[in-house]
Amino acid sequence: MTTIGLSEVTVRLGGRPVVDGIDLDVAEGEWLALIGPNGAGKTTLLRAIARLVSYSGSISLGGRDIAAMQRAELSRMLAIVPQDPLVPPWMTVGEYVLLGRTPHLGPLAKEGRRDRAAATRALERLDLRGFGERRLGTLSGGEKQRVVVARALAQEAAIVLLDEPTAALDIGHQQQALDLLDVLRAESGLTLIAAMHDLTMAAQYADRMVLLDRGRVVADGAPPDVLTEASIASYYGASIDVIPVDGRVAVIPRRTTSATQRLS
Amino acid sequence: MDVTAAPRLDVRPRGLAPVWAFAAVAFLVLSVIVGVLVGPIDLGTGDVLSSVGERLRVPGVSSSLSATEESILWEIRMPRVILAALVGGMLSLAGATYQGVFRNPLVDPYLLGVAAGAGLGATLAIAYLPGVLRGQQALPIAAFVGGAVAVVLTYSVGRSAGRERDTATLVLAGVTVASFFTALQTFVQQQNTDTLQQVYTWILGSIPSSGWSDVVLILPYVALATTVILLYRRMIDVLSVGDEEATSLGVDVRRIRLVLVVAATVGTAAAVAVCGLIGFVGIIVPHAIRMLAGVGYRALLPLSVLAGAGFLVLADVIARTALAPAEIPLGIVTAFFGAPFFMLVLRTTRSGV
Repeated sequence: MTTIGLSEVTVRLGGRPVVDGIDLDVAEGEWLALIGPNGAGKTTLLRAIARLVSYSGSISLGGRDIAAMQRAELSRMLAIVPQDPLVPPWMTVGEYVLLGRTPHLGPLAKEGRRDRAAATRALERLDLRGFGERRLGTLSGGEKQRVVVARALAQEAAIVLLDEPTAALDIGHQQQALDLLDVLRAESGLTLIAAMHDLTMAAQYADRMVLLDRGRVVADGAPPDVLTEASIASYYGASIDVIPVDGRVAVIPRRTTSATQRLS
Repeated sequence: MDVTAAPRLDVRPRGLAPVWAFAAVAFLVLSVIVGVLVGPIDLGTGDVLSSVGERLRVPGVSSSLSATEESILWEIRMPRVILAALVGGMLSLAGATYQGVFRNPLVDPYLLGVAAGAGLGATLAIAYLPGVLRGQQALPIAAFVGGAVAVVLTYSVGRSAGRERDTATLVLAGVTVASFFTALQTFVQQQNTDTLQQVYTWILGSIPSSGWSDVVLILPYVALATTVILLYRRMIDVLSVGDEEATSLGVDVRRIRLVLVVAATVGTAAAVAVCGLIGFVGIIVPHAIRMLAGVGYRALLPLSVLAGAGFLVLADVIARTALAPAEIPLGIVTAFFGAPFFMLVLRTTRSGV
């Protein structure tokens, strides 16, 4: 069942098409990794789906055009975790996670029991129990990242867009964060679209990969079909080996020339 | 997820802690008592209490003040204290609101040019209106109109300058409009040097001893502005994660910002219209509360109203008694105490504001 449908979506920034005529359907409960070199349009595509940038073409959620929705209604269906979120250092974790309840509240309303319960659950699921009164300024990078994901979960949206969710994390925390997202997806039927740079990590978790280059979809399919030595070489300009590991693929960078070779 | 087990609600919105609410109310009440009791003519505490008791129709209590003392208390001192409280509360609330909306801890309520516009309006009124019209009513109206024109100009310039999301554009437009209006105001002033003294006094700010008329004049604006801002106080916390994230949380950022800026500006313009330019209240009071109570906007805003009101009442006591019978302009008192405090703020809170 299609939950997100994009048709001919184009985003121009400064006159240049950054996202260029993208057609894409994403099924409910799917984990889709958006990959592509720097500047391929991954972040801009996510921002278009969240209606944070103006676009041409049409984007629909559950068959309804997002352009026709109220802002709050869209935010109840879809949450976005930005790559570099602004976390006010004076705010407590609890207050911050409660901000996720905003689309469920009127502009003048105050959070009630349901909102507090949703925020508490979100903190528990991210293993942040007891962090409610901590200030954001006192958290480590990994904790901050989890708090931002908790805010998105408190939003209780069926679709979560993540922009480089693991960029700030070490390998252990990357695995924890992605495992957790996978569990959440399984339990709550979340649909996830994540822009990712780490191709091996992406291949471990995503059901489907979409490779963008210069605003266009150049490959779309299961990770082993998208991550080929040829496609990575031509779009990333990288020299790699793709190695199958337990049905998934891993990408190993290969050194092209060595200093000794160059000197000789 | 199942919620069969009653969820422990670890998370609560940090509202107004009772201890801080009590402290702020107590500060305001004490300031008002000091403001009413202190002055060139000594009204005894017991006598004032008896007069208040009579006015409140406490059975068996009648005022022990003379008729003159009665009128000093009720026609001069009381309205002046109330006016100082209204203006102080408004300026400090507007300052906190601007700081939240523009995500900049150093902005004050005069950011968008309201002060410069009001200054020009007042200068024009003092210089060109015939003496009859220049009385109590024309000056505040001219100042209010000048302030409103400046802010509308700032907003339209800031908007047409392109990226409307960018609050820095609006702030720059405010600086530009303010310097333009200040230039006009200085020019008019130079052409009319006979009114220099009067304009100068107005610009330095003071709480007029004009009885209840100014209180009645600004009360509707201050009440409206305060109500709107306090109703939207949670939204200012939401805006603190940035325009784009606030939008992704379902907020119409431009509309909310416009509502808040209009409310803060209307209240500020009303305050400036009757009291001239009183600096620093809008910066130091919210910062003092942040440093002491360390709170988000939803608690900061009501505390700012109470503490700002108390602060300006006390500042006005100093202004009218320190060199009595002469008055020190109120803007000088607030800056004299405000500037050193603000230097401290700048040195100690490099981050976290």
